Amino acid sequence: MIHSLFVINNTGDVFMEKHWKSVINKSICDYFFEAQGKASCPEDVCPVINTPHHYLINIYRNSLYFVAVVTTEVPPLFVLEFLHRICDTFEDYFNECNESILKEHYVIVYEILDEMLDNGFPLAVESNVLKELIKPPNFLRTITDTVTGKSTGVSGILPTGQLSNIPWRRTGVKYANNEAYFDIIEEIDAIIDKSGTTVTAETQGYIDCLIKLSGMPDLTLTFVNARLLDDVSFHPCVRFKRWENEKILSFVPPDGHFRLMSYHIGAQNMVAIPVYLRHTINYREGSGGRFDVTVGPKQTMGKTVENVVLEVPFPKTVLNVTLTASQGKYSFDPVSKMMTWDVGKIDTAKLPNIRGNITIQTGSPIPESNPVINVQFTISQMAVSGIKVNRLDMYGEKYKPFKGVKYITRAGKFQVRT
Amino acid sequence: MSAGIMAGNGFQTSYANDKPPSSTGSGEAAEMSTDPASSSFFTSDFKRHEDLKAMLDSNKDTQKLEAMKRIIGMVAKGKDASDLFPAVVKNVVSKNLEIKKLVYVYLTRYAEEQQDLALLSISTFQRALRDPNQLIRASALRVLSSIRVSVITPIMMLAIKEAVMDMSPYVRKTAAHAIPKLYSLDPEVKDQLIEVIERLLGDKTTLVAGSAIQAFEEVCPERIDLIHKNYRKLCNLLVDVEEWGQVVIINMLTRYSRTQFISPNQADGPGDADRPFYEDSDKEEEEEEVSEMKKTPYMMDHDHRLLLRQAKPLLNSRNAAVVMAVGQLYHHCAPKSEGNVMAKALIRLLRSQKEIQYVVLSNVATMTSRRKGMFEPHLKSFYIRSSDPLHIKLLKLEILTNLATESNISTILREFQTYVTSPDKDFAAATIQAIGRCASNIAEVTDTCLNGLVHLMSNRDESVVAESVVVIKKLLQMRKSGHKHTPSEHKDIIVHMAKMVDKITVPMARASILWLIGEYSERVPKIAPDVLRKMAKGFINEEDIVKLQILNLAAKLCITNAKQCKLLCQYVFNLAKYDQNYDIRDRSRFLRQLILPGENGSALAKYAKKIFLATKPAPVLESKFKDRDHYQLGTLSHLLNIKCHGYQELPEWPEVAPDTSVRNVEVVMPYVPKAHHVQHKKKKESKSFYSESESSQEEETEDSSDEEEDESSDEDSGSEENSDDSEKDISKKVSSEEESDSDDDESDSEDSSEEDSSDDSVEKIVTPVKKQPKTKTKAATTTKPTTSSADLLLDLDDLGPSSGSSVAVTPAGGNMLTPTLATGISNISIQDTPPAQIIPPSIVQAKSYELLNRMTGNGLSITYQFTRTVSVFSPKMVSIELKLTNNSDDTLTSIKIGDKKLQSGMEIQEFPEIGSMTAGMSTTCLIGINFNDTIQPAKFAICVGDNKYSVSITAPVGELIQPYSMSNAEFNTQQGKLSGMNENSGKTVIGVEKDAKSICLCVHSVANVIQVPGSAENVYRFSGKTVGTGTMVLMSVVVADDNAKITVNCEKMVIGSMLLKDLKTSIAKS
Repeated sequence: MIHSLFVINNTGDVFMEKHWKSVINKSICDYFFEAQGKASCPEDVCPVINTPHHYLINIYRNSLYFVAVVTTEVPPLFVLEFLHRICDTFEDYFNECNESILKEHYVIVYEILDEMLDNGFPLAVESNVLKELIKPPNFLRTITDTVTGKSTGVSGILPTGQLSNIPWRRTGVKYANNEAYFDIIEEIDAIIDKSGTTVTAETQGYIDCLIKLSGMPDLTLTFVNARLLDDVSFHPCVRFKRWENEKILSFVPPDGHFRLMSYHIGAQNMVAIPVYLRHTINYREGSGGRFDVTVGPKQTMGKTVENVVLEVPFPKTVLNVTLTASQGKYSFDPVSKMMTWDVGKIDTAKLPNIRGNITIQTGSPIPESNPVINVQFTISQMAVSGIKVNRLDMYGEKYKPFKGVKYITRAGKFQVRT
Repeated sequence: MSAGIMAGNGFQTSYANDKPPSSTGSGEAAEMSTDPASSSFFTSDFKRHEDLKAMLDSNKDTQKLEAMKRIIGMVAKGKDASDLFPAVVKNVVSKNLEIKKLVYVYLTRYAEEQQDLALLSISTFQRALRDPNQLIRASALRVLSSIRVSVITPIMMLAIKEAVMDMSPYVRKTAAHAIPKLYSLDPEVKDQLIEVIERLLGDKTTLVAGSAIQAFEEVCPERIDLIHKNYRKLCNLLVDVEEWGQVVIINMLTRYSRTQFISPNQADGPGDADRPFYEDSDKEEEEEEVSEMKKTPYMMDHDHRLLLRQAKPLLNSRNAAVVMAVGQLYHHCAPKSEGNVMAKALIRLLRSQKEIQYVVLSNVATMTSRRKGMFEPHLKSFYIRSSDPLHIKLLKLEILTNLATESNISTILREFQTYVTSPDKDFAAATIQAIGRCASNIAEVTDTCLNGLVHLMSNRDESVVAESVVVIKKLLQMRKSGHKHTPSEHKDIIVHMAKMVDKITVPMARASILWLIGEYSERVPKIAPDVLRKMAKGFINEEDIVKLQILNLAAKLCITNAKQCKLLCQYVFNLAKYDQNYDIRDRSRFLRQLILPGENGSALAKYAKKIFLATKPAPVLESKFKDRDHYQLGTLSHLLNIKCHGYQELPEWPEVAPDTSVRNVEVVMPYVPKAHHVQHKKKKESKSFYSESESSQEEETEDSSDEEEDESSDEDSGSEENSDDSEKDISKKVSSEEESDSDDDESDSEDSSEEDSSDDSVEKIVTPVKKQPKTKTKAATTTKPTTSSADLLLDLDDLGPSSGSSVAVTPAGGNMLTPTLATGISNISIQDTPPAQIIPPSIVQAKSYELLNRMTGNGLSITYQFTRTVSVFSPKMVSIELKLTNNSDDTLTSIKIGDKKLQSGMEIQEFPEIGSMTAGMSTTCLIGINFNDTIQPAKFAICVGDNKYSVSITAPVGELIQPYSMSNAEFNTQQGKLSGMNENSGKTVIGVEKDAKSICLCVHSVANVIQVPGSAENVYRFSGKTVGTGTMVLMSVVVADDNAKITVNCEKMVIGSMLLKDLKTSIAKS
């Protein structure tokens, strides 16, 4: 399946390669660079590139390209999903996954890659299993190793998880404080047209957990209104049958951070749009143009809208903008022509406003369309879909855990056409 | 050296400024601090390697480890470290695991280049292959199979064969991975490898399944016959296999289905059989849905249904590849009416990373090009955001265009309007093409679109204008050929375009305008010659494509308007004659002969007008994804639209389904005997295998055989323990290697308990439900001829030695294996979720009763039987299968259940009305009756057209029960609770010497219960619950000499006493 992997940084340096079958020279990456050269921005590089004898499947993440080389037919999603899983694993190990981190932990990275795939086919992918096979870097252990002269970086025993059918959890977990936290995060994807009407709006929800529970807890999570969730995907630990029959999430959780489920509420349902934009953007021949935008709260169920950020990608012909913001700060990047206005909290008494002039390159024609404004915001203690956790029960263990649930609504791909 | 510097623990810290304390004394300190990964001068390079060698040769593990880490750093970076091979390979014997591991990594990278030296390490691996630690065995096999030295293929073969028999599923998994490695090294050994694969395919652990199928796909995908026997097992295991394995298995099973089942979409009639599989017609889809309900003659094969049903929950997987795999399975193998389930899941994937979006969208594009109905409700999910990468924008545009219908076109066009103004001009141009396609597909909006496009021609951006011109040209051409009666129409458009020819510079657009003017020159008789004049003037500066069109224009005008244009035409031809491009020179010569024939005149010249001004066929604007659908969805070949290396063609459905019984083996037999049987077989097999390997190994080591014996003796204890293990216990147990090894190999027992533990807690409620299919099978085989039991036994023996022994083994109380096997039953039946359908009809010959006689029913006869499965309608209902046969010569129409006369508390779930039955046809349908735990008959009427026939169904008391599994201890406590009034007991004389088998058979023929494992010898216990109210029913039969004491405990005394009576008769009779 996956023949080789090359990791390439933004400057086109192939700084890591790993081969699971015979060695493929890194000159194969030239095909990739060729495709990269054609693309106008890193995101535009086609994820699957066909070369005479190989197929290059790549992802772009954290300014790094992960290029997998395959030689035979393989489901492309299989490879893409796996590449993302590799990145997730690195992030899990090192907290972040960028060039300097990967370079710093060459050996661990290499060992992980070696363990994850055998002959290009996934072998041990579950983070819990991997972490037992190859210990994540840890300050204390490094010192102990140095002092004792032993190396405990790799385990000589096959982790229990690999053989059990709950590979995501290892045995013998022990905590002094038993805690279980659930973050219910909902993202609103919306397109708002010029007049302020919603063209399309969808909600994407996630339940991210942090579970620190000893032993083998068996949790059930029930919702007040589970019917809302009609399209869901689960972490493998969730027992699907119970969800199907009773709409209950029943699972033996992995240890630590993980995403329990994600759900999607489609465009057919009504979504409350929490903010609105009042905007006038017009260009005048010769001189430039006027820019005036006001943000206001709409359906927020009485909660404050925070962390509001507006991003306005101006056309290439715009030279500069001179604006005054009633609150927050704005910045304009003359290279990408991106104006970013960090608004902060929306004060309902005095709505945030930004206005000023746009300078256009002399001689160039005025842009024919106004920019599409990307909006970011966060509303805490509210889930826009109205989903609510009813209760969390634990079976299988005797202690009483501390339980916490948090709701957050934020903007996903929230765009306002002007 | 401070601890702070060490803190990073990474590679960098280790090779940079802090050397291991021990090495500080050495004189080479300066060189050692050089960064091996940085590009340095050759000299220092050379020296650096020297010191690495020195470190590798040292006798301190810390130094070796340091050196290895640095070397791996070089390998990772892609730097050449091959000259260190001899120094590294020595360390393969290191006791230190981390060093060992790194040496392995190094070896796999360089062994191919240094084959001779690599051979030195082989014996180490061979030794490691027999290490008691499964992780070491596995990694030794991994390296051995990865070093790609062709000399060692025989050793690899041997190692694989041995590993396939390993106790540890982890080792077996690596063995499965090693198979394709060996195959790529030496394709000659294919036949031997197929044998190994066949064995692996039989493996029942979820860990191995995916890898085994992957090996199968890489080595022998054409040997579809190997799958038959494992098909049902794979389907049932599917949910529990790890996600990567699921993808591979589903893809393989899709191909399998296409060869083994018949198309589910030919239901509507025989004429439809050769119709292409996915043909878009929404109406048809609806019809089909209805007909599906009515049970048309097409009956989906139970195995086919099993696959679809087992795969469906995986649409909720977090793994996009799994969702896509299920999606393509439904696309290729499910009835069209069921395809819709995947739409929502695929839409959900659109929220994931952009790379995944790209792949999903291209698959959706293909799906929508054939059937739009499925994604139409999700239209808005494909609206384009300005932040999407270009390739995603284009795909979404494609899908929006595919989805456009009369009803939604206005919304789509409004959306397109915003896209046209996008600053991204490539995207804007693509939008214009999309508008063109919408306009051509949907007649109502053609004019609107044309106007819009004309409007766009005044756009400032040239590429937009050019694209509109090209699209307008296509549209006009299409309209022209479509409606001949509107000649003067669009004149102004052409005039407008003719005027633009001066401004537009994009060659394609210029060419399009010229072509249009030439084609419709009679509508613009004044302008056309003028355009030609201008063009002739600038001829030499034009692009080739424009030049060709100028020639065409000249030729056409010369025909229609020779007076004005002949000279111009000659001039243009002369220019073209000396053009650099040979196409243009050729064209010029060719045209000259036709248009300006010489004195003797060519034969064709008089037909010139007909040749040039013939009506041209309109271009077809259609999805470029349309031609992709002969590739299996979700594959690389589909995505790239080329046949990739190793792509397996998705076969067309066979006309007639191949023999379905090839898959039977597994499910037809009751599970326990099978396990038993296989176990025997396995042991036998393994013996022969081992002996073979022993003989070949004799030269090397002798101890292997001892070890094997050890392991096999462990088996029993291991598996015994399994039976009552909870989830936790299992995982705990695994930590003690030996034990887990042993129970893993006897995969039947182990595997079942593993599943058990996982599902147990989950499915407490479901358990009794799930139990049934299995019991049913058993019951089915047993109940058939209750009257003559001698025959019955013979029958069973014919079915296989195992079927009877199932029950025989279980009650042999003293046997250590008993508990395991018993749990085995329950587990496998949990796995075996499918209700009725899974058992092929031939076996479901349960006792069948007559409901309607063919005489009284005017030709319609109905029989019914109790399927002993959980009713699909309600868990409180008894599931009854009606078999309707039309014995008359006429077609019977609208058969349904009429008015019902039921006792209070009873309910009937009717079967959907059967539209018509032709003469001689027979069909089956399921009904559910809630008898409310009484044996009162359920009376109702069957209506056939206008006739009504009153019928009634009475359930024997044993059919009002469903199995409920419990442990022996639980049985005892429950029995304690149900004493006194609730206990019925009696004695009966057994005529012949009774063995366990026949007792169980008797009980199962009477009642739908499950045996309780682990009771004492000659005591047989069974448990169940009533269907209606879930009241516990316990039965026990104690055999003493020729007497049998039967006890039935049930809160409902009537049921208890009746059961006792039935049991007595059954046991006494036999």
